[in-house]
Amino acid sequence: MDFLLEIIMTPAILACLKIAVIILLFAMPLGTLLTLMERKWSAMIQDRVGPNRANIGKFTGNGLLHIAADGLKSIFKEDTIPKGANGFLYLIAPFFGLIAAVAIFAIIPIAGPIGNFTFQVTDVNPGLLFIFAITSLNVYGAVLAGTSSNSKFALLGGTRASAQMISYEVFMGLALMGIFMVYGTTRVSGIVNGQNEYWFGNLVPMWGIFTQPLGFILFFTALVAETKRAPFDAPEGESEIVAGYFLEYSGMRWSAFMLAEYVSLVGVAALMTTLFFGGYHVPWLHLWENAPQWIVTILQILKFTFFTVVFCWFQIQLRWTVPKFRFDQTMGLGWKKLLPLSLVNIIVTALVILTLA
Amino acid sequence: MTDMTTLQARTGTSSSSTDFSSSVMTIEIGPAHPAMHGIVRFTTKLDGELIVEMEPEIGYLHRGFEKESENSKWIQVIPYTDRLNYVSPLLCNIGYSMAVEKLYGIQAPRRAEFTRVIMGEISRITDHLTCVGAAAMEIGAFTFFLWFIKAREYLWELVEEMTGARLTTNWTRFGGNSMDLPDGFLSDLEDRLSKLESIMEECDKLLTRNKIFIDRVKDVGAISKEDALSYGFSGPMLRACGIPYDVRRADPYSVYDELDFEIPVGSTGDCFDRFLVRMEEIRQSTSIIKQAADKMPAGPFMTDERMLHYPDKKDVYGNIEGLIDHFKMVMEGHHPPEGEIYMPTEGGNGEIGFYLVSDGSGDPVRVRLRPPCFNFVQAMPLMTIGHYVADIVPIFGSINMIGGELDR
Repeated sequence: MDFLLEIIMTPAILACLKIAVIILLFAMPLGTLLTLMERKWSAMIQDRVGPNRANIGKFTGNGLLHIAADGLKSIFKEDTIPKGANGFLYLIAPFFGLIAAVAIFAIIPIAGPIGNFTFQVTDVNPGLLFIFAITSLNVYGAVLAGTSSNSKFALLGGTRASAQMISYEVFMGLALMGIFMVYGTTRVSGIVNGQNEYWFGNLVPMWGIFTQPLGFILFFTALVAETKRAPFDAPEGESEIVAGYFLEYSGMRWSAFMLAEYVSLVGVAALMTTLFFGGYHVPWLHLWENAPQWIVTILQILKFTFFTVVFCWFQIQLRWTVPKFRFDQTMGLGWKKLLPLSLVNIIVTALVILTLA
Repeated sequence: MTDMTTLQARTGTSSSSTDFSSSVMTIEIGPAHPAMHGIVRFTTKLDGELIVEMEPEIGYLHRGFEKESENSKWIQVIPYTDRLNYVSPLLCNIGYSMAVEKLYGIQAPRRAEFTRVIMGEISRITDHLTCVGAAAMEIGAFTFFLWFIKAREYLWELVEEMTGARLTTNWTRFGGNSMDLPDGFLSDLEDRLSKLESIMEECDKLLTRNKIFIDRVKDVGAISKEDALSYGFSGPMLRACGIPYDVRRADPYSVYDELDFEIPVGSTGDCFDRFLVRMEEIRQSTSIIKQAADKMPAGPFMTDERMLHYPDKKDVYGNIEGLIDHFKMVMEGHHPPEGEIYMPTEGGNGEIGFYLVSDGSGDPVRVRLRPPCFNFVQAMPLMTIGHYVADIVPIFGSINMIGGELDR
């Protein structure tokens, strides 16, 4: 038994286990559930019923079986390659986005450490710079899919996607500068712990949203644009360029694009929670002295999940409320409004820190 | 460029990368495309995302309505007119029947006319709801669209109550309507209109002052007064340019001159003006319906002139004139007097005009429809060239092309 435990506790195996737990038990299930949640929630907004037909006998699970039905359908659907497509690039393109979406979770802690054990795959030194590196990988998925499918609509979508994602990476980085300055680190654990401080005695937690309100709005906008969700879904452009860069895909590869979209939706929500809403820290919990560790951990996981789900809901609500930007308007918003605003944010943050110091 | 393409086609490599680096890319939008409401094709040349050339190709839904009408009896054309504009079938019913009545030189009883006004305006509202909702949906306001469809559903239930069908109404006859108002119709009408008004109010709040929406439609697809007139625009598209031309006022027919309504006009003729004009017309139509319901006279819903409708069964079995009339109606149908007329009515999209020629023989010699959106589609190049490819969506949405009446 000790021998087994020793093997499990080696860092490599432990990391693998954490990856399995966080990604397979948190990110992916939440992502797949969100496909149904989005359909149900949009149905509620639009005063209709939503999916409720898939069934096993009498059991429908209020639409829950649609997830399984969709998955099965994708698996058994023919995996087509259009004539004239660049086969290899076409086949690997869908997985860039999925990998990038999943990799975000590597640095997100979902609960506080217990002794040496952390609820985080790895707390890399560069911290959030890792996120920027990973999300820029995301561009390749869209660009390769767009250029390799030998379709003009896909090509237009691919070029739109590349321009939009590369531009919004800039503002994403700049919007986070304020956070780096306030908490004095790029490490995720440092930022999360920094948010566990309080102002005015124990009144207001120093969450990112209170220290960086403008940064919060800018970063959220940039992230939504980066994941190409509505209202920034010009690369998909379902009404003019049909489905954009993944127009030609079918079957499981198409599902990989969809799954990537929903997993990155969860990723965005988890990032917003981590950076702006205190991460896993439950506010005012330190007032409860001698709280048993297991209760604290469970509360932390619950708090983290709750805020993540709230942000997922917010993105869905956003999508079904507002119309879409035109492509050039997306770019205009980025370069003409978000860029100056994020620079102003950096300067103001720097001045405030200087005067307080 | 051509050589490159053929070379690549032979070697089987992708041609898309070279298309990108070349200056102009040809892209076929339609016939099956999410933004094309009916089936229509736009052969578009793009410079990057800018449209430099566009050529509309219509006729995919040509069913030979006009020729088919020549091989039918006069009365048999009415069901075909249901299928002309499939979002406001009653307006085409009414337009055709009024044209034949003009040929006869008769008028339907006042009760029939008021009922026609009510049903016509209901159809105008459903038309505008569909058009505005679909256009908004295509630029991303999906919720708005489904709310409008919900409102349209209320009205279509009324249409069903009146005619027995939602789309294939086949409701009007020469000299009246096939059916009178059903029991309790007017109170249902009031109820549905108040539901419509509350949905309109909510949707107005949701979209009309939304910055993203205004950015998408403002100054997009604008057309000048002169161009609009020279292309033969009519209806909301023309009124959005600032010309208050409405057949209901310019050439009053039915009982529209007894009703009080305003003609909303825009100023710039862009997609936003068209949106606002249609939204206001929905409100005006609601008020017209209310006035007509208040003024609804008692009386017959069908003219009592001979040879315009089947005689009563008691006459058919009771006297020889009735029997002969019935026999001749069944065997020969209507015999409008010899002549030719043009009867314009205000449809959902604009002026729906029927040009009819009769030689008195009982078969139509010519049934010609002037569809409003025919002219709009011709002006698509004028409205889109110089805009982005994404602007095709709101521009084409604001046209409200209906394949049925465009291709006939």
